[in-house]
Amino acid sequence: MKLRIKFTKFGPIRFIGHLDVMRFFQKAIRRSEIDVKYTSGFSPHQVMSFAQPLSVGVESNGEYMDIEVNSITNCKDIMDRINAVSVEGIKVTDVTILPDNAKNAMSSVAAALYTVIFKDGYMPSFDLSDGLSKMLEKDELLIEKTGKAGKREVDIKPGLFDIKVTDKGYSMLLDCSSSGNVKPSQVISKLYEVNDEKEPENIFFHVTREETYKNNGTEEEPLYQPMNVF
Amino acid sequence: MSERLALSEDILMKIDKPARYIGHEYNSVIKDRSKVDVRFAMCFPDVYEIGMSHLGIQILYGLLNSFEGVWCERVYSPWVDLDSIMRKESIPLFALESQDPIKDFDFLGITLQYEMCYTNILQVLDLSQIPLKSIDRTEEDPIVIGGGPCTYNPEPIADFFDIFYIGEGETQYENLINLYRNYKKENKSRREFLIKAAKSIPGLYVPSLYDVKYNKDGTISSFTPNVEGVPEKVKKEIVKDFSNAYYPMAPVVPYIKVTQDRVVLEIQRGCIRGCRFCQAGQVYKPIREKSLDELKKYAITMLKNTGHEELSLSSLSSSDYSKLPELVDFLIEECDKRHINISLPSLRIDAFSLDVMSKVQDVKKSSLTFAPEAGSQRMRNVINKGLTEEVILNGAELAFEGGWTRVKLYFMLGQPYETLEDIEGIADLANKIAARFFETVPKEKRVNGKVQIVVSTSFFVPKPFTAFQWAPQCSKEQFLDKAYQTREAISKVLNQKSIKYNWHEADASVMEGVLARGDRKLCDVILKVYKKGCFYDAWSEYYKNDVWIDTIKECGLTPEFYAERERDTDEILPWDFIDCGVSKAYLKREWERASKEQISENCAVKCQGCGAAEFKCGICPGH
Repeated sequence: MKLRIKFTKFGPIRFIGHLDVMRFFQKAIRRSEIDVKYTSGFSPHQVMSFAQPLSVGVESNGEYMDIEVNSITNCKDIMDRINAVSVEGIKVTDVTILPDNAKNAMSSVAAALYTVIFKDGYMPSFDLSDGLSKMLEKDELLIEKTGKAGKREVDIKPGLFDIKVTDKGYSMLLDCSSSGNVKPSQVISKLYEVNDEKEPENIFFHVTREETYKNNGTEEEPLYQPMNVF
Repeated sequence: MSERLALSEDILMKIDKPARYIGHEYNSVIKDRSKVDVRFAMCFPDVYEIGMSHLGIQILYGLLNSFEGVWCERVYSPWVDLDSIMRKESIPLFALESQDPIKDFDFLGITLQYEMCYTNILQVLDLSQIPLKSIDRTEEDPIVIGGGPCTYNPEPIADFFDIFYIGEGETQYENLINLYRNYKKENKSRREFLIKAAKSIPGLYVPSLYDVKYNKDGTISSFTPNVEGVPEKVKKEIVKDFSNAYYPMAPVVPYIKVTQDRVVLEIQRGCIRGCRFCQAGQVYKPIREKSLDELKKYAITMLKNTGHEELSLSSLSSSDYSKLPELVDFLIEECDKRHINISLPSLRIDAFSLDVMSKVQDVKKSSLTFAPEAGSQRMRNVINKGLTEEVILNGAELAFEGGWTRVKLYFMLGQPYETLEDIEGIADLANKIAARFFETVPKEKRVNGKVQIVVSTSFFVPKPFTAFQWAPQCSKEQFLDKAYQTREAISKVLNQKSIKYNWHEADASVMEGVLARGDRKLCDVILKVYKKGCFYDAWSEYYKNDVWIDTIKECGLTPEFYAERERDTDEILPWDFIDCGVSKAYLKREWERASKEQISENCAVKCQGCGAAEFKCGICPGH
């Protein structure tokens, strides 16, 4: 049986990297004494799948991972047991039993919604709305990615699903799939570039991933719903 | 985002592994500041991943936090990237839990596990904005206290500490803290507190209360207290009822991968073996075991409280634990249920241990470790390493039959009385082990058709409170010659293709030898070296040998005086004021027996009258 676990990542522990969050959960799940499934062999480990790694420094209300269990009491109990042995900032907010035919979190993740807030005193000099329009007028938005095969140019424009202006920044729905993931920081960089403004050297905006989605519609007519909606 | 972190987001996002500095780990202890009257910062002066792996700190952290009104927090050496930012921006070093500056604490405890961390002590003090020398500290500064193995000769760092705690930490911290509270209440001075502590609490050495005088040749002529009533000799502290001693049931669980990322079960403390090069074997005497029932309980509780996926036994020689088979059976069963890996270090290779190991690890992937420490039987007698060639070869044969194909062998080069034949003995032994593989395992059963033997040698550093404390250490050139001789000898043996040889660097071993047996004159050297920018000397990429050698010379000293000089057994040694339980007479006997290639039986076979029986505990007769 597979469970999809939704959790938050907040406060100082946002400086913990993705692999360490995985390690944290491996240990927390042991502490919670959930009847989790292990691989066999001399170094048994839990089977875990994460939707999309969160960048260091980013907070989240909508992280997802899948785990495999032999048996469960009920979803609320699983949630309570992990929360009882968790740390400040990582809180399980939902546990859902995966339907048998569901794809795992990593392969089904499609989009994520982010809140980007400019820090006090770091509002850009261009108008948020005009600046955004100016960027979206471009045919393509190329960024340089360094992968295993060296540097290559990638167009992130198709990955900008929906961007809205808010009081202090933007709300961004971005491609979050393993092949086309776009990070809010990449969008912000592009925004500054298109508007001929130099990015401050300090960290000048704060990002929260509000929710992670899978596509319950079709490729042509996507329907982005939270990862735990089936 | 009104969080309390000592470092800004800008800094945390710029440095490597910010998780080293943010605290908030599972099981870390947070207390209400208003209900705490003593703040204690416990420091391991090396990077987080090393410091977090240390059992002693976890024990003291838990113990101190079990005291009402005391909040003990952790601090480690910031890595070089953060170090330079903190200096540039004058950010004071802080404790992980509260993120408060160390300089506002009552105590800064620093564990001294190896000599090459000495400059890191100064780094920690400096970043904390605490005066580096005890003499310059005021009522506003924390009491700086050192503990751990290097306190068995604290003289090279005597200027930097207010107190050294000699011996096992479990016993006197409560008394020390209570004394401190009283002095704070009565508004008495720092010096008054230090004198009272030295006079009234066993195991405490306050270096500023002792004067050292030297002979013309640089040796010590006298070492005496300069305040009446301060003891001439400081006796080490020891836990007598080891089974019931404090043990941390909920150690801090780091987020990032650290060196020792597992539950550690200390099954016993001390060692019966009496190897003549080994300091731990002497200063932790006598051997004391934890009861089987306690250990079973601890294992289960700690696994549950941490969620670690691995458990390891800790002791100087696990095979000597009297109830090892029962303990291991229990652990295998319980760990199997919980899908926990077991790691069993320091086991002698025999039928029992091989059987156990085949149950807990993948034979095909793991290697076996032997530590003969010397190549020839003659030399093993000199160092009193009770391991014979026959035992090694039989162990290897059993292992090969069991499917192992990888063997690691550890040796030390440069021990007293070593000759070329002894060094050639290393190659000879490795060769015989390889030959035994080919004799034992028929061709069709050989995995990849071969056996892998890895020979590693380190360079011998004489340490205080060992039989070899008077011995000359080799020079760098002699060390390297010995390594080349080893390599040469291995290249000549029949099975040389199955043998790989690694050796350590020699520079740092020489400097470790200088510091290990150094005196107070070296305080200036360490301070100057640090001021020239040296720290993280235990990391070979940051160790600057030239700077050390030049600075020693600038101070009018020589490395040879400390490292290469053979001491007369009548000389006053810098650490003679410490009574670690084993007597000088016993160590002299052992030094003499070494010269005659005579072995001494271990504590379990026959008491050697070392003196530790006065503690009236553990294996010692007559209590």
